[in-house]
Order: sequence, then structure tokens, then C-alpha cells
Amino acid sequence: MPFKSINDIIVKQDFFSPGHGLCAGCGAAQIARIVMKVVGKDSIIINSTGCLEVSTTTYPWTAWKVPYIHVAFENAAAVASGIRSAYDALIMKKKLNKDVNVVVLAGDGGTADIGLQALSGAFERGDRITYICYDNEAYMNTGIQRSGATPYGAWTTTSPSGQRTFKKDLMGIAIAHRVKYAATASIAYLLDAANKVEKAISMNGPSFIHWLQPCTIGWRFDPKLTVKLSRLAVKTGLWPLYEYYDGAVKLTVQVPKRAPVLEYLKLQGRFRHIINNKNELVKIQSYADELAAKFGLGPVSE
Amino acid sequence: MQIIEPLTLSGNLAIAYAVKQLDVDVVAAYPITPQTTMVEKISEYISKGELKANLLLVESEHSAISACLSAAASGARVFTSSSSQGLLLMHEILFITSALRFPVVMAIANRAVSAPINIWNDHGDIMPQRDTGWIQLFVESAQEAYDKVIQAYRIAEDDKVRLPIMINIDGIVLSHTYEPVYPISDSDVASFSPWNLYSPRLDPDNPITIGAFCYPDYYFETRYQSLKALNDSLPIISNVDKEFGELSGRSYGIVSPFKCDDADIILISMGSISMTVRAAVKKLREKGEKVGMLSLKLFRPFPSKELIRYIKNAKAIGIIDRAFSPGAVAGPVFTEVTSALYLSKMDIPSVDFFLGLGGRDVKMEDIKDIFNILKRIVKTGLIERHSYYIGLRG
Ligand SMILES: Cc1ncc(C[n+]2csc(CCOP(=O)(O)OP(=O)(O)O)c2C)c(N)n1
Ligand SMILES: [Mg+2]
Repeated sequence: MPFKSINDIIVKQDFFSPGHGLCAGCGAAQIARIVMKVVGKDSIIINSTGCLEVSTTTYPWTAWKVPYIHVAFENAAAVASGIRSAYDALIMKKKLNKDVNVVVLAGDGGTADIGLQALSGAFERGDRITYICYDNEAYMNTGIQRSGATPYGAWTTTSPSGQRTFKKDLMGIAIAHRVKYAATASIAYLLDAANKVEKAISMNGPSFIHWLQPCTIGWRFDPKLTVKLSRLAVKTGLWPLYEYYDGAVKLTVQVPKRAPVLEYLKLQGRFRHIINNKNELVKIQSYADELAAKFGLGPVSE
Repeated sequence: MQIIEPLTLSGNLAIAYAVKQLDVDVVAAYPITPQTTMVEKISEYISKGELKANLLLVESEHSAISACLSAAASGARVFTSSSSQGLLLMHEILFITSALRFPVVMAIANRAVSAPINIWNDHGDIMPQRDTGWIQLFVESAQEAYDKVIQAYRIAEDDKVRLPIMINIDGIVLSHTYEPVYPISDSDVASFSPWNLYSPRLDPDNPITIGAFCYPDYYFETRYQSLKALNDSLPIISNVDKEFGELSGRSYGIVSPFKCDDADIILISMGSISMTVRAAVKKLREKGEKVGMLSLKLFRPFPSKELIRYIKNAKAIGIIDRAFSPGAVAGPVFTEVTSALYLSKMDIPSVDFFLGLGGRDVKMEDIKDIFNILKRIVKTGLIERHSYYIGLRG
């Protein structure tokens, strides 16, 4: 049953507790909270090494009210496949009777870079797992180094004069593996996101959600802007909200009038060095225009 | 016990047969010579329905061990195997498997490591795994490999142990040589190593967090617990071997001495080469020479006390190392044995013999040469060198 209003989501039980150590305004905490409300009690969470993991599991405390496992940085998908395989085998052999949702929460580094091989394996085998990448567009836990998901132009500690390449197309990679379901998500569009998580866990095979996660420290913005930036990413066309199912890609949130990318970039310190550089802005704007054309978004209106 | 006809099996196939009888739930593995035929056979058992298990054909050894760890964390009985480069690729996750205390069982067809690439046997792949916190067993035959796999699950899944185990069989030499193997019956396997749904595990009705982040205030204690578990597992490993002996008539010990009681010279070895050494000892004994040998069956936890008991009266000790520990004081096995001697306040002349790297043939004559070197030491009281590279050219 799809969620009809935000209220349908809010009333659901929390399995991700407050009191963790993530930053004020951290989008990852909001993603984790919503995911947990949707997937519920009978779920196992697999987390790759990164901000979410270190900040929510400081021994002897934990923010997780469901079984949670962290093994390493690059193997979240393989760890998930092992759990899926174990539950399937134990249920088949009547050693266990209750099934679980196997849900990964992994950073962009753990997904697009070091963990891509394990993820590809899990997708290709058709393992029934839901893999959610919370994408803060850099290796934040180790101090803001660029990843394969860092956007063009962004400052990081290892791209001090701006990233020279465009983001890796994780959705394209997932779709190329013929996963059962793939979707992008944003915390500014909760209803859309929650329904995507619900769909993802109902699939009889691998599902993937790519979720943009503004990071106050790494992107350099005021914590109160997390949701606003999430919305602007969608409004500019830089983060189109769509889903892939049954061979077809469908836009889930239309943007009839797009905002210029500058509106999004100027609120973030990581783009400070380019907001007065016309050439760079044109490059990023045409990247957004390309995405808009691909997904059928509206034109830019100043 | 039921009497069962022997099967003609290679080391790999003997292990696969045991895995089938143990009713393993999840197998995750990646092909590498000389481990491949083990997993091929298991695949066949599964596809014919003779073993009800999930076979996870992962894209790398790193994922194989990761999936085994998490499948074990979910309560499943798991198996994996590897060799050489594959084992090296697992390295990172081996530490985590033991520290998180999951009873993964892995068979390793020991093979040389690159470079240069070489598919033959030595212990270059296993020695870098010494400090990963796993129980490490070595065997001399396909029969012993079969027996040890059955014992391994019983040990690993014991609540007092809850540690992963590696069973090392020499690649090619044991993995691919066919021998008669006497299996025990399926029901004997089931009663000797019964599966139980253990706790704690990844269970929504009893949620726990596994793999937490630890500050300096708890890290030391956590690591110490795994260390202690490994050290405390030694008597359990020894007892399981004895109990298996009562069931099957085959018991190996954690060290296996031969003619050590009155021996002046003792040669210590590990794995299949022990058979050659034992044969050499027999020959030399026929000539009246007071020589003996000891085969180490357990490398981690290292059986210091048991070893010392058999070698303490020797006048010279030779240690065979089948891997380098580059830049170290000596080879890995030599270092263990001499540390054990030192801690027992024993100063017995000891010499390290490196041989059989990358599958280089080791002949009876080589072993006799070693005994001759040791004999000279006993006679003259002089140690010319602490290490020899047997058969090295140039
Ligand atoms: C094999 C390995 N290499 C490097 C690291 C160091 N490391 C830990 S977390 C991390 C970055 C994580 O980035 P991401 O997946 O994007 O998650 P985030 O911290 O941004 O949430 C790195 C490089 C590690 N733990 N393991
Ligand atoms: Mg990141």
C-alpha cells in the first residue's frame, strides 16, 4: 500500500533512534530515519564504513533498533548477499521460518568507487537485496576527499581547485545490470522517497536507490539549509527524481520550471571559487540541461 | 559406527564430500587453482540435490569471505575455500571474521604467491594470515583433510570457541592426489558435528549491532577477548580430535611426534612434506641413527607446551619453513619453535631449512642432507649457519 501523505510516514514506528553523533543538519540521519520507518522491524541493516556507521554505532551505544552489521568499507553488497543467501537457505531447509528485508545503507565512496565490484556482483546475480546509496558526493568520514560521485567543479580536500570530471552515473550502472527496481530520491520529497523504499523492498530481486544527501561540513552550508538544498538540486534538474521498473524509466516528480543551477551552487561553500566563473557555470548549467532533456523536465526560468 | 567402503578421492574431493555430509547451508567461493575442483564438486552436489545449500558465486574472494561472514552471522553453516592470491585478497576480512567471532570454515589449497606467478605448493599464502585470529590446521593426507573438516565445524561452532577455522592442505600434492578415503556415515557426521541455531546472530526478534565503532576505551579489551578465545580453543581442538578418534579410529593430535622419545635430532615440519620426513626417519632409524620428527598439525593457536614435551631432550632441532618472512630474524615456523624453546628456558641448537618453494620437489635425499647437517652440529657442537636454502641454485 503506497503512502498517501507525509502523515502516513510520520506515524510509523522509529527504528533509528535520536542521540547518535551525526552532525546537526546531516541528511544521512534523515535518510536513515525515513528508511527505517518504511522497512520496519523485520529488516537487517548492512552499513559500509563511513560517516553513518561511525556516528551511529559508537560502542557501547547504538542508534539501531533492528539487527545491524558493519563489516568493512567495500563489501556492503557482498555482506548483504551473504545474509540473503543464509536466510533463503535456512527458510528452504525449514531451520527458520520468518523472512527479512535485507537493506544496505552505503556512502557514495562505498558504492561508486571501492564497493562497485561487489555491488555489480550482487546485481548481476539477481540477489534480493535493497541497496540504498546515501550520496554526499565525497569521502566525508575521512575528511572530504573527492569520490567518483563528486560533482563537476566541487572543491574537496583532494580536488582543491575543483573536481574536473562529472559524477559517475550510478543509476545508469544499476539499470545496465537489469536490476528489478532503481530510483533516485531526495529528502525534500519524502512521500516520493518513502514510496520508492517501499517498492524497492517488495521486489523479487535487487533494487537500488540513489539518494542525494547534503553534507553541511563537506558542502559548506548552514545546517538549516539541508532540505532547501535537497529541493534545489531537484528544481535545477541536477537531481531528477525518477524510477526504473520493468525496463522503463519514469519521472516521478516533474519540474515544470527549472531554477538556474547558480541558485543551488551559490548556497554552498564548495562551489565558492566558481560562482563568478562564467565558463564553469555554463558547463554545469549545460549538464543540468542535458539531464532535463533526458528525463523530460521543463525549461529554466530565471 | 557403521563400516563404510573407502572412496577414492583427492584432497579437494574429500573435503567436498565432508561439506556435503555436514549439510552446509551457504557456500560462497571464487575459482583459483588448485582449489577449483573442491567448489566444482560442491556445485555438482547442490545441482543434483544431494546437498541442500545456496551456492553464492561471487565476483571475488573478498566478497566470498564477506558473504560467508554475514551468512554465518545470520545463523547459517557456511563454507568457503581459496588459495594463494585469493587468500591474500581475503586478508582484510579475515581479521574481521575472527574478531566478530563467526564460525566460518575455510579450506585452503596452499599455493605459492606471486610474483612470479606460480600455481604450485608452498606456504607463502598462509603465513601472511598468521595474525588474522583464525584457528589454523595443517594436514598430511586426503583422509586427514576429510576428518578435519568434520571436526572443524564442531570446534568453530562451539559456544566456547566461536572462531573461524582454516584447514590447510598442500596444493596439488594433496588437493589433486587421489587416495582411498574412509568416510564416516552421514548420521555419524550429523551426531558428531550437529548444527544448532546459535545466538547472538542477526535476528530481528533480538536485534544487536555487529561491527560497532570502538574508541580507545574499549578497543583493547575487545581485541583481547578474541585473542583469549583463540588461546583457550587449544584444549577443545585437542579433545575434539580425541573424540573423533573414538568414533572413527583416527586421531592425529595437535602435534604428531614420530620416534622423538630417544632422538638426538628432531626435524619439525608441517603439511604433506611430513610424510617424506617420516619416511626418511624410518630409513635412518633402520641404520641405527637416533633421529625423530614432529609434524605440527595446529599452527594457530601455536601448541608450544605440547611441542616442547616431545623435543626437550633433543641435541639439535631442524625446522622446515616453506615460506619466507622477508627481513625477519628467521622463517615463520622457526621463529615460533625457537620462541617456545626460549620461553621454556631451553637452549637447543636449532636450524631453519627453507625448501620446496613454488612446488620445487623435495626428495628423500634432501631430507637426509638436512639430518646430516644436524648430525654435524651434534658432533662438533658448532652451528655454522642458522638457515639453509635446500636445493637453491646459483
Ligand atoms: C579499504 C579501506 N580503505 C579506506 C578506508 C578509509 N575510509 C573509511 S570511510 C571512507 C570514506 C567513506 O566515504 P563514503 O562511502 O562516501 O561515506 P561517507 O563517509 O561520505 O558517508 C574511507 C576512505 C577504509 N576504511 N577501508
Ligand atoms: Mg560520501
